Amino acid sequence: MIIEKTRIDIIDCAKTYPDGTRGLKPVNLTIHPGEVIALLGPSGCGKTTLLRLLAGLETADAGSKILFAGRDVTRLPVEKRDIGMVFQSYALFPQMSVESNIAYGLKVRGVPASEQRKTVGELIDLVHLNGLEKKRPGELSGGQRQRVALARAVAIKPQVLLLDEPLAALDAKLKETLRDELADLLRRLGITAVHVTHDQQEALAIADRLAIMSAGEIIQVGDGESLYRKPAHPFVAQFLGRVNRIERDENAIFHGLISFGDVALSCPDHLKSQTAVLLRPEDIKLVPAIESLPQVTIERRAFLGDRVQLQLKTHNQQVLMAEQPGDTVFRVGETVSLHIDTIRLMPANNH
Amino acid sequence: MNAQSQKPAPFLFFITLAVCLFMFVPVIISIMAGLVNNYRIGLESGLTLRWINEVWSIYGSTVSASILLALACVICTLLLGVPCAYALARSKSRCARAFEETLMLPVAVPGLATALALILAYGNINFLRQSYGFILIGHVLFTLPFMVKTVSSAFQRPDLLAIEEAARTLGASFTQRFLGVLVPAVFPSILAGMLMVFTLSIGEFNLTWMLHTPLTRTLPVGLADSYASMRIEVGSAYTLIFILVILPILWLLQGFANWAQKRYGT
Repeated sequence: MIIEKTRIDIIDCAKTYPDGTRGLKPVNLTIHPGEVIALLGPSGCGKTTLLRLLAGLETADAGSKILFAGRDVTRLPVEKRDIGMVFQSYALFPQMSVESNIAYGLKVRGVPASEQRKTVGELIDLVHLNGLEKKRPGELSGGQRQRVALARAVAIKPQVLLLDEPLAALDAKLKETLRDELADLLRRLGITAVHVTHDQQEALAIADRLAIMSAGEIIQVGDGESLYRKPAHPFVAQFLGRVNRIERDENAIFHGLISFGDVALSCPDHLKSQTAVLLRPEDIKLVPAIESLPQVTIERRAFLGDRVQLQLKTHNQQVLMAEQPGDTVFRVGETVSLHIDTIRLMPANNH
Repeated sequence: MNAQSQKPAPFLFFITLAVCLFMFVPVIISIMAGLVNNYRIGLESGLTLRWINEVWSIYGSTVSASILLALACVICTLLLGVPCAYALARSKSRCARAFEETLMLPVAVPGLATALALILAYGNINFLRQSYGFILIGHVLFTLPFMVKTVSSAFQRPDLLAIEEAARTLGASFTQRFLGVLVPAVFPSILAGMLMVFTLSIGEFNLTWMLHTPLTRTLPVGLADSYASMRIEVGSAYTLIFILVILPILWLLQGFANWAQKRYGT
């Protein structure tokens, strides 16, 4: 199945609802041909609104512009936009068989029956639904329904595939399997796709790039690793993965230090003006207590299988979370020392 | 389930039996009255089909008239009601809500009043007044809200909204998605509405009694006429025919609705 790779330009796209609430502030985003991009953010951040604007299910405010392969589609109705969409509830047609569901887009386009059959057959193979062609959606499992929804959306060879929380309705174990399957399928199709989710693991696993959204704005766009390691905004650091916040008092700021009550670390130059810094739990290494390093007490220990999560308390009463390998010997009540690579510290305040 | 709840409750059983008897005895007596030679004498006068034959020869035409009228009423409410239900379900305007309220009016207002209003407004259009069409208008007026309410609430379900959006993203025009996706998806509700409309129309008396002419009579109107003007046995035989005609049709429709619910229900 060959699908054209379409470039998408979102220019000053905004949405104000009739009651005056701003669903989306003017955002700009370019999606490269064949790229899978995730819109990630907490609920109410505007990610679904942006997706529905791309689909044409909502009308954008005046001045907004959406281009598919350079063509302005902003005022084009949904039916004419040539998009494929996978809904959170899958929205399969309950009275139609799996085949008819997949063929629907082709049928309404007047594609000859023989060609419909050929495409549907290809897609059934692609999403592994062989043998279920005649079943109705009501007789399928959640995972199977999800695949039918996906096959139906790509059957029309859309310019862009829009995925609205496609895995949210599945249980955790199945979600993981289907997540990898979906990522694999999107690569094989080479289709430009926009994937809306609130699940960071899902976004990291599926998307080439992530657009982190909050309060109707795109905060930062980038690939998973650079967003995780070099967040441009504290919100990104806090939303993607977990972070510790280490406060700095006036004294520490004045002397360019990060204080833990006993031993202080020298603060990297670019963080000197920050009133707090952020640090990921896995970037805290624990070593047997020595006087030259900050000492902490272990308050809680949770064994998570592959790793151990430890809650630590510093001399100046700050609480830190650390993650250590699963074979860590340190126990609750022990005093240990922190070994922190200050390169890993991130700013907690904007600019 | 514990053993205690399985114990028979003789008191409840007795009450159920008493209520059943209370409700069935009049029906049985009425049926029997239509099958005996003389109601006053009772069974000793002997059983006969004479009354049934008599009813059939005088009022036989009302049976087919009633069934055809009910079917026509179902078709009309279908054609008017389903698009109307969709429009109401999708409209957010205050006018739509107000319209929904007025739609229920003929149910609340006594049938006689509705009929009188129809006669005042359209009674002098002779060809209409003298045809079954006049009764049909009354029946549609009375049954339409039942169809609209039933189907409209189905259209409002969130899964139906999602299905409609899905059809749109796949490129379906309004007609394509309405007839090809939405109507089939609410089919069980439409069937339920049809069943209700048919039942209401076939037994409707209030409106029909006002709207009918000697040449346009339905089953219930004929029944009233026979009770008023003929022997009690004739009226009872009429009831028997009514039950014999209606029950199989209702069973059939109910069975069909159940089948559709199983096949198309979500």
